[in-house]
Amino acid sequence: MKVSLFATCLTNAFYPEVDLTMAKILKHLGHTVDVPEGQVCCGQIAFNSGYVDDAREVARTLINSFERSEVVVGPSGSCIAMIHHYYPTLFENEPVYLKKAEDLIHKSYEFTQFVVDVLKKPDLGAHYKAKATYHPSCHATRLLGIGEAPLKLLQHVNGLELLPLPEAQLCCGFGGTFSVKMPKISEAMVAEKAEHVLASGADILLGLDMGCLMNISGYLEKINKPVKTMHIIQLLGEGMKS
Amino acid sequence: MTMFNLTTDQRVDKALANNFLRQATRRATDRLRNNKYKASDELGNWEEWRNAGETIRKHVIANLDFYLHQLIEQMEQRGVHVHLAKTPADAVGIVRNIVREHDAKNVLKSKSMISEEIHLNHALEEDGAAVVETDLGEYIIQIAGEPPSHIIVPAMHKTRQQVADLFEPIAGHALSSDTPTLTRFARIQMREQFLRGDIGITGCNFAVANTGSIVMVTNEGNGRMVSTLPRVQITLMGMERIVPSFRELDIMLNLLARSATGQRLSSYTTILTPPKKSADSDGPEEYHLVILDHNRSEILGDKLFRTALNCIRCGACFNVCPVYRQLGGHAYGSVYSGPIGSVITPLLEKDWKKWGHLPYFSSLCGACTEGCPVRIPLHDLLVKLRMRKTQSGHTPQVEQQIFKAYRYLFTREKTLRRALRLGAHLQRPFVRNHRITGGPPPLSNWTKSRTLPMVAPKPFMQIWADLNNKR
Repeated sequence: MKVSLFATCLTNAFYPEVDLTMAKILKHLGHTVDVPEGQVCCGQIAFNSGYVDDAREVARTLINSFERSEVVVGPSGSCIAMIHHYYPTLFENEPVYLKKAEDLIHKSYEFTQFVVDVLKKPDLGAHYKAKATYHPSCHATRLLGIGEAPLKLLQHVNGLELLPLPEAQLCCGFGGTFSVKMPKISEAMVAEKAEHVLASGADILLGLDMGCLMNISGYLEKINKPVKTMHIIQLLGEGMKS
Repeated sequence: MTMFNLTTDQRVDKALANNFLRQATRRATDRLRNNKYKASDELGNWEEWRNAGETIRKHVIANLDFYLHQLIEQMEQRGVHVHLAKTPADAVGIVRNIVREHDAKNVLKSKSMISEEIHLNHALEEDGAAVVETDLGEYIIQIAGEPPSHIIVPAMHKTRQQVADLFEPIAGHALSSDTPTLTRFARIQMREQFLRGDIGITGCNFAVANTGSIVMVTNEGNGRMVSTLPRVQITLMGMERIVPSFRELDIMLNLLARSATGQRLSSYTTILTPPKKSADSDGPEEYHLVILDHNRSEILGDKLFRTALNCIRCGACFNVCPVYRQLGGHAYGSVYSGPIGSVITPLLEKDWKKWGHLPYFSSLCGACTEGCPVRIPLHDLLVKLRMRKTQSGHTPQVEQQIFKAYRYLFTREKTLRRALRLGAHLQRPFVRNHRITGGPPPLSNWTKSRTLPMVAPKPFMQIWADLNNKR
């Protein structure tokens, strides 16, 4: 299969290794990988802040860049949820782009969803000895309905002990611009999330959205707690090296 | 009502500094939420119940003119005085006149969010009437002079000791702060009040259109006392609070009780078909129904927000909201707090200056939408409110500029690469141990409580391009 990567704006700028590892894993599974030029961002940050016109132009750029792709895969439940959940509203008055948006919706997947549900490859032969816990990101869970896929991938990682995260359903307090617009509320939320992560007894916190992980890791670091945070892709990538 | 005089920021600070409030809110919402899960799981097909609830509410709202007409006709035929109030001031005026006409000195109230919405108590007290809240939670916050902090559990934020301190001046002696003592004291107070009441004021959970009945859901029985003892009764209702018939009521009562408190049915479900008939042994002889609009008609006509009227005020969205969980209700500053309060307050009050902060009291995690028994897409409505606020020019200039810049850069990948290279350079003064630890606003809002990863020396798009050129 020819898979086009959606390198989200966050991973592109801050965590390029996540995108790179995603490419490696997909290649390892025997697929051709390309990264269409011109792609930047799903537009969510503007959309969720109420700047719909600005969001629409960013979304249009993304749609254009993937127009000729067969399948689009991104390392973020939130960005894919933006496409699936809000693009139809964003282009409701533009029939041409509405059609293109629907096209993109039908061929785009979050990484774990793609590997487990489409490729049916929950076992990547990874080995990683650690105690970890998993934070189910809100948009992946509630908007995309991703439940089992990431867990299936993790259950197949040899040596990985997966510990339950108390109150896992609680938002970490990131919320995109929420974290800087309502910083004190956001801090209170991430403080509680950190409390639960520490209570889980895990050495590594895993997730499938770097936004949430950037938030939680940023707080854990500030309070000097040595829990490591990793995208599932990073853990799989490391685990597949050995 | 000191909370109302503070700025949003001050209210948030005050709430976050109040550890008791935060612990109490966490405990209470966890309990309500878990009870709800038990009560909804027990049905076996909760999602179908939600579908039914949504269908009924949508149908009522789409045909609200018809059902209102039917309700009013039923009521008036039997001699109920029906009053339509366009604004909160109109509603207050109507109630005031009734109280004056009867020269009522003692007004009893059972729980009514509409009375909070129109700030009724204060107006009646100005006229010299003694107003007594008979719901225990409402009674406590009335003595404290505070607005409710939760639509179902108004005094959620008070400790037993704080309640004892509030009761003591009324008792005239010291009170122990154990629950039986406090409830016994309140009950004795209430009994005396019930017998003295001239007028009873109640809320309305549902009005049944085809029979002209008023349905009240309570757990203390006070609603029943307020609606039987006084000779005159006034019921306040929002104009959207209607079900077509008892068939739909059955479903809505299940959804309400299970979602609100996890009960199969609340302790008291009072159904009144007023006024008192000659053969009835009790009940009010004179009955007034006040139906409040307060911009609900406008919401009804607004395609984007109409679903907000589907709400049945169960409070389920409060109990799953991670923002409410940290703050409690007072930080919102509005009578209705929590996710649904953040949605309806700006729509009812139409004042961005005063209520423009509310749509941002959400990380858009979607827990409210998931928890709503009638499937109101609450987090989507919050985004739409932000959109409306932005489009009407009520957001800060700086913010508008930031998103203009965002739009420019994030539609030009190559230019963004150069900007990121510049960012990687500019971040240097703020980097400690490979993390960004400070910066100018709004970045500093983040770095006050968190560190940030460094902008990568090369963005992924550049890395990928380089890899492929080498080949």
